[in-house]
Amino acid sequence: MKVEFDYTRSLGPVLSRFMSALAQQQVLGGRLADGTVVVPPPEYDPVTHEAVTDLVPVSWAGVVQSWTWVPEPFAGQPLDRPFAFAHVLLDGADAPLLHAVAVESPADISTGMRVQVRWADELTGSIRDIACFEPAGDAPASVSVSVESGEPEVTGIVSPVHLEYVYAASPEESKFFRGLADGKLFGQRCPVCQKVYVPPRGACPVDGVPTTDEVELPDRGTVTTFCIVNVPFQGQKIEPPYVSAYVLLDGADIAFLHLILDVDAADVRMGMRVEAVWKPREEWTTDLNNIRYFRPTGEPDADYETYKQHL
Amino acid sequence: MRDVAVVGFAQRQMKEMDGSPTCVELLVPIFAELFEQTGWTKSDIDFWCSGSSDYLAGRSFSFVSAVDAIGALPPVMESHVEMDAAWALYEAWVKIQTGEVDTALVYGFGKASAGLLRKTMSLQLDPYTVQPLWADAVSLAGLQAREGLDRGVWDEKAMAEVVARSMTDAAGNEWAIRRGTISLDDVLAQPMYADPLRRWDCAPVSDGAAAIVIAAGDKAREARANPAWITGFEHRIEPIALNARDLTVSTSTAASGRAAGVEGVDLAELHAPFSHQELILRDALGLGGDVSINPSGGALTANPLFTAGLNRIGEAASRVWDGTSGKALAHATSGPALQHNLVCTMEGR
Repeated sequence: MKVEFDYTRSLGPVLSRFMSALAQQQVLGGRLADGTVVVPPPEYDPVTHEAVTDLVPVSWAGVVQSWTWVPEPFAGQPLDRPFAFAHVLLDGADAPLLHAVAVESPADISTGMRVQVRWADELTGSIRDIACFEPAGDAPASVSVSVESGEPEVTGIVSPVHLEYVYAASPEESKFFRGLADGKLFGQRCPVCQKVYVPPRGACPVDGVPTTDEVELPDRGTVTTFCIVNVPFQGQKIEPPYVSAYVLLDGADIAFLHLILDVDAADVRMGMRVEAVWKPREEWTTDLNNIRYFRPTGEPDADYETYKQHL
Repeated sequence: MRDVAVVGFAQRQMKEMDGSPTCVELLVPIFAELFEQTGWTKSDIDFWCSGSSDYLAGRSFSFVSAVDAIGALPPVMESHVEMDAAWALYEAWVKIQTGEVDTALVYGFGKASAGLLRKTMSLQLDPYTVQPLWADAVSLAGLQAREGLDRGVWDEKAMAEVVARSMTDAAGNEWAIRRGTISLDDVLAQPMYADPLRRWDCAPVSDGAAAIVIAAGDKAREARANPAWITGFEHRIEPIALNARDLTVSTSTAASGRAAGVEGVDLAELHAPFSHQELILRDALGLGGDVSINPSGGALTANPLFTAGLNRIGEAASRVWDGTSGKALAHATSGPALQHNLVCTMEGR
């Protein structure tokens, strides 16, 4: 399972100037009340809590203050082969900057080593404009061009996040999904209150005990409540208007959400009897989408008394 | 202040849980075990509080699914923190102090193995200048360890001694993931992993759940003959900027310890997911050589995120219950490189 989202973050006055300077290959530090220069510049002085306003250029070369080896880099980190993360004390700064250092092996880096910035090919105004640091000679590197004055240009950054998860189903869920591959619907009964849950959820939310008894359920039931979807949205697969409904399978005590099709949206109603329309058997997988939708059976509506407990 | 005591503790720790990230299947038997220990049912619990994170589960509102394990009908009074459940216990303790409730069940859970934990953890960093680098949790600990090594605050041998003692002590802990009688030389013979850290210097990625019951006054005595009475409960936090603090010391742990009162402590369960962090914590708390450290094996031998801190409190309380300790200290940490620290002290009476 992949979870991906891009965080779009606006920058305050301090980070906006810091990022704008990076886009011009310049590093700025913030001068604190005690006179020390900190990179990246904090927005507020950690001791006096005053806003930091005095940003000063520092060198983009410096000294490794501490480092650690990254033997197994993952996608997104500054380098795609083993590298070091280091605290680098830039010349002119009093607190170190965390960044990557490109070296071949742990033997090629040491505390006290001089390094300098390798700038990214494309400068966008983010901490990644510094592609990484690389070993430098003992001669202090020239401080870069001066920053153009005027309004900062960079007012926001985008941080892409990609996370991957192996989603394991619980034993009850596994049974349910395997059943779907055979065209069957399995729920589980609470041994205390006798309620039947589908899909099964591992514990009865009323009694807090494992739901141990398996129950096979029919693929027909009653619409308990529904809504007509009129609003288009990104990724929508069916043309509105259409109906999403809670379907209470016969013998179950909890309704689940599915589509009601093959009927005019205006004709769907509470109590309507519906049945599952399955995909062709050869397309069945361990997926609830094996049921394409539910459609009316044509039976008389269920009596309100039979489902009022399940609304 | 009301007298509040730890009266129940149950845990599950494992390398990889074969089950859903809601951990309901772990929590149901844990709650049952606590009802067995206390003789109570869920109606005796006034307040429920949990610690977990959707970033581990990879799904939204996973803590709401976990409420199924309680059986929340009729509705229960419930709260949640996106932190180690030790902080959920702190919230519950404060709630009891207000007089609004007398009992609480606090639980934590997490399936860290579902994703790449060291990557997921970097999402807790400064989102502007650090997180975009994906500075992972192991690397930040490595930077911290190197700084202490370079400055002579500790050495490789001291780190290895922590590993050897932890794994040896964990041999008696059925829930430890990494355990066995290990010598100092065995540890030093291991190759470097994230230089300067060996794999054994880093806690194993762990899944698990745990829960604790606390209660005030007579309710506590009703649940257990010899409760572990909480004598101090404090937490302090430091700035998120890693370059704004000296990583070789823990001022927040020291401040928490001073406020909670560490005098007379004969046993400490310290939440140190990396070997050198135990050295920092011992120093911050001023624990002498006569204090028994992490008899459970500690977080180096199993570190389920969101419960490893709570487990320290449970393990320390267990030693008070059985009389091994007269006064015990438990510590929990949160945030990168020991940013946020909690100290809870308990005694038998």
